[in-house]
Amino acid sequence: MALGKVREGLYGVIAEFTDPQSLLVAANRTREAGYTSIDAFSPFPIHGLDEAIGFHKSRLSMIVLAMGVIGGISGFLMCWYANVISYPLNIGGKPYNSWPAWIPITFECTILLAAFGAVFGMLALNGLPMPYHPVFNVRRFDQASRDKFFLVIHARDPQFKVEDARQFLQNLGPREVTDVPW
Amino acid sequence: MATQKDQTPVHQIRPETQEQRIPERFIPTPTIEPGHSFATVTDHISTIVLRKRTPLGWFLGFLLALGGVMVLTVSMTMLIGKGVGIWGINHPAGWGMDIINFVWWIGIGHAGTLISAILLLLRQEWRTSINRFAEAMTLFAVASAGLYPALHTGRPWYDYWLFPYPNTMGLWPQFRSPLMWDVFAVSTYATVSALFWYVGLIPDLATLRDRATNLWIKRAYGAFALGWRGSAKHWHRYEYAYLLLAGLSTPLVLSVHTIVSFDFAVAQVPGWHATFFPPYFVAGAVFAGFAMVLTLAIPARKFFDLEDFITLRHLENMGKVMLATGLIVAYAYAMEWFYGLYSGNVFEIYMLKNRATGPYHNMYIALWVCNGLAPQMMWFKRLRTSPFWLFVTAMFVNVGMWLERFVIIPASLHRDFLPSSWGMYHGTFWDWSFYLGSFGLFFALLFLFVRFLPMISIFEMRTLLPEAQAHPEHQEH
Repeated sequence: MALGKVREGLYGVIAEFTDPQSLLVAANRTREAGYTSIDAFSPFPIHGLDEAIGFHKSRLSMIVLAMGVIGGISGFLMCWYANVISYPLNIGGKPYNSWPAWIPITFECTILLAAFGAVFGMLALNGLPMPYHPVFNVRRFDQASRDKFFLVIHARDPQFKVEDARQFLQNLGPREVTDVPW
Repeated sequence: MATQKDQTPVHQIRPETQEQRIPERFIPTPTIEPGHSFATVTDHISTIVLRKRTPLGWFLGFLLALGGVMVLTVSMTMLIGKGVGIWGINHPAGWGMDIINFVWWIGIGHAGTLISAILLLLRQEWRTSINRFAEAMTLFAVASAGLYPALHTGRPWYDYWLFPYPNTMGLWPQFRSPLMWDVFAVSTYATVSALFWYVGLIPDLATLRDRATNLWIKRAYGAFALGWRGSAKHWHRYEYAYLLLAGLSTPLVLSVHTIVSFDFAVAQVPGWHATFFPPYFVAGAVFAGFAMVLTLAIPARKFFDLEDFITLRHLENMGKVMLATGLIVAYAYAMEWFYGLYSGNVFEIYMLKNRATGPYHNMYIALWVCNGLAPQMMWFKRLRTSPFWLFVTAMFVNVGMWLERFVIIPASLHRDFLPSSWGMYHGTFWDWSFYLGSFGLFFALLFLFVRFLPMISIFEMRTLLPEAQAHPEHQEH
């Protein structure tokens, strides 16, 4: 490719499908055939496709919860520190620790950090930004963001043999099967 | 491709069985006109962005908006040079059109979040074609709103004092003040809205990257698409993150206008000091926001030929939301009378009398006409499904919500406890030029948005098509 070789050898074998139903069926069959390192690409989220390629749970919810808790605690502590420790002001003998007045800021900080956790956590877990990826070497992969559906078997799969993988994907009724170079 | 030739897809069976059981008048108008495929949806929306020739109308509109931005620039220069004295604010009304416009713009923004977050959680599929546009509207409305308090400080170059940071003066912002809560609420809202909008855009930016033919355009969209490739694992986390963001934005949007209402409700001024302000303000914000979405969507769907995607069903639903929130707002206006009279407080009672018969009574009557009377048109299906009448109603509401803030802010301040310190408030030339200028900023950003980004979420539109339904049980064994 124009971008130059990153690594020698093969990244995997990819099959192109023309509708989501075929992709979902193909992904399920591939997993059932014993392939463990596979991925599917579609122009929109397809329910059940994540399970079909053997992907179950994401850690994202824990990240968001943790960030929200950190945001809430630090937002509250900021107000508390400012008004109780750093610069206490006696206003008519009212208590320094006037916590109800700090709830709005505590709440906003919770939401802000939780939202950061959701967005940046999602990007980090997805490994984005990633400007180069071998699947972009596939000639027709630009259709994956329009109306075509792809299924790849990675070369690192323990069961992977180039000829077998090509033949296996060919039997699933794709539009075409191609090799994905690194 | 010969895998499922023998099986009829579910979506081809469903329409017939439905027609047999459900009378036609109960079948809702579709959220997307029939005859579209993944490819046509993608091409139709992305072509609006990627076409080489920019329509003349876009240039005319953008130039007009840019003129508004110029007005804003001149006004800001004057304000920074001479101070807030060029506005009409003075004793006794220290808050005038600057705060009215701030509340007005921020309220408009709320419909965007409501459409993108709350309707997502409620699984209202019809939101799909308008959410991107409405979110953009939110961002630009918040940008316009943010100008006012930032400049109202009088010395905007010290605005960073609003944020808590370690400083040599050893001081802190007043965290017990609603104005400080506002700083946190509005800046969090702006940040989270921008994130929500950008996350929604990532898959579509990838589509534009793949569809663009010019190398530099491809690279520009590619950089912002972050290398999105539509992997099933990515979609899984993406949808999860999007759902969580919607869940976080929902209480956030309610909190923002609640806190804006605290700016008033926590003070003791008659006409402000009321516990029902938070729900009243939130309903008013949604009311104003839907009116603005309609004001923008009705011309946009015509101009960009998007009637297939923004159908009458969308417009009708927005009309219904406008009616419902309008009734809540009218109820709040009525309750103001009840609370005032029932309190037995001489100042509260005078405030009501002053509203209805005082120097600003024209505004109060116009407020009832715009926000109380005009939305009643939405009871009629014929008016609710007519873009013209929807537009008329929306314009009434846009004006009415501005009047509402006028009635609340200067009309309450100008006559409070001591008759000796009563006065009048009038907007000056510069008050109005700022208002005009903030429209310029809002529309200039909106014009740039419709030219450079897809104004309808392409990937979500694909999921609305019947062929997007995939069922693992159809598997052949």
